[in-house]
Amino acid sequence: MEYLIHIAVLACIYGILGISLNLVMGETGLISVTHAAFYGLGAYAVAFLLVGFGINFFLATLAGMILASGVAFAIGVVFLRLKEVYYVLGTVGSNVILFSVLLNWNSVTRGPLGIGGIPRPEIFGFRFSENEAFLLLVLAAVAITYAISVLITRSSFGRVLNAIREDEDVVSVFGYSVYHYKLVIFTIGAAFAALAGAFLASYLTYISPFSFTVVESIFILSIVVLGGLGSGRGALIAAGILVITPEALRFVGFTPDIAAQMRQVLYGLILILLMLYRPQGLLGRFRI
Amino acid sequence: MKEILLTLRNASVHYGGVKALDSVTITVDEGEIIALMGPNGAGKSTALKAIFGLAPLTHGSVLWHDEEIVPVSHEMAASGIAYVPQGRQVFKSLSVYENLELGGYSLPNRKDIKNNIDAVLHLFPALKEKLSTKAGLLSGGQQQMLTIGRGLVADPRVLLLDEPSLGLAPKVVKEVFEKIREINKMRNIAIIVVEHSIKSILGIAHRTYVLANGRIAAEGKGESIEQSKILEKIFFAF
Repeated sequence: MEYLIHIAVLACIYGILGISLNLVMGETGLISVTHAAFYGLGAYAVAFLLVGFGINFFLATLAGMILASGVAFAIGVVFLRLKEVYYVLGTVGSNVILFSVLLNWNSVTRGPLGIGGIPRPEIFGFRFSENEAFLLLVLAAVAITYAISVLITRSSFGRVLNAIREDEDVVSVFGYSVYHYKLVIFTIGAAFAALAGAFLASYLTYISPFSFTVVESIFILSIVVLGGLGSGRGALIAAGILVITPEALRFVGFTPDIAAQMRQVLYGLILILLMLYRPQGLLGRFRI
Repeated sequence: MKEILLTLRNASVHYGGVKALDSVTITVDEGEIIALMGPNGAGKSTALKAIFGLAPLTHGSVLWHDEEIVPVSHEMAASGIAYVPQGRQVFKSLSVYENLELGGYSLPNRKDIKNNIDAVLHLFPALKEKLSTKAGLLSGGQQQMLTIGRGLVADPRVLLLDEPSLGLAPKVVKEVFEKIREINKMRNIAIIVVEHSIKSILGIAHRTYVLANGRIAAEGKGESIEQSKILEKIFFAF
């Protein structure tokens, strides 16, 4: 049971990441390969503030979300003016830079050693020490993230994002500043990625920079592609599938080392098969 | 005397090293329909884009009510100029109503948007029955009506139409041009139309500019343009 709860918590954390990247990539058409960096900023902000200053988890999470939004804003100001492949490469570079900062800023992040001893969340004297309680908390976070994403997509703001996805040049003809719309959604997406990072840090009680590499960004991107562009529900289901499926490898006799490598192979295979046979993903409204 | 609403004055546009527009001057008066004609590559669409700020001017200027303006595409709608690009570029995943709503960004409040959408639906009753239909599922003619209607939601004083007949069946082309004439008459909106279909456009235009190689080759009323045989010379190089 404990194992299943562990898997469910991870699926929820990746669900938040999938829903948030879907707002950026699925609804707006901005392929982002830097989501893991914002995820990492949220995780490190919580680890730093909880371990170093004993600040409440929820306040630290808010600080992490603000930090990630600020960094996303700065990245967006530079790269969202670029077109297509240049912008995508810019996001890859941003992830590499932020990973390097986490890896090398020893006085704050403790470098490759990472930060341990991160406490679980606590509110009104109740600590979410048990994994069951933590699962309920992260499920609430998923529900809130999903509800906000639905509100965004059903709003007039969301319709403009969809229109940008289809043809940003035509959107600008009506007076919309496409750049500002992109900047806002990119910043919102980063805030929710940081929320997921906060839960990861507090759940595992230990984080290191190696959880927030470009490979992790590609994994989050795979969640959105598998779930289908423009589908928050799809992202949730895909997060569950991509977290659970590799676990099956444990039961077919692979050693942990090989199982870890096979996990990457499996993700790559899923992406290739999707591109060939179902480019709109499981529940997608759009094709890549 | 009618007021000159919009002037593209001595405008030149370069794409890389290629001169797409060369010292072109086009004026449009209040309530006029202006046709821009010419073969492919003559600079017709570039002229519209230059007016709307989508093609940067290397020389010349744009005047709005006799005052020089710097055309910036996302600010032009608020000035009262709407641009309908070629190729029936509807937002396919959005409904007809949502497409129309997007056209009203420059209006100050939602009530104005709704009122203007109602006016557009009165003009294009076929769209009224399809309000919740995804725009991608409309026929070519309906999509063209939608793109024109979407441009009208902002209640412009000048409408720039880039090849509204492109890819449409002759019967539908006739219907589109009837609507263009109706928009002009009923709402007193000045219209600049880039068009290949000589027969359709000369029938409704008050004045015509013929472009060739980025320059104005002829200008005048439809009849004089037809009599001058300039179009045959340019299109068929007689």
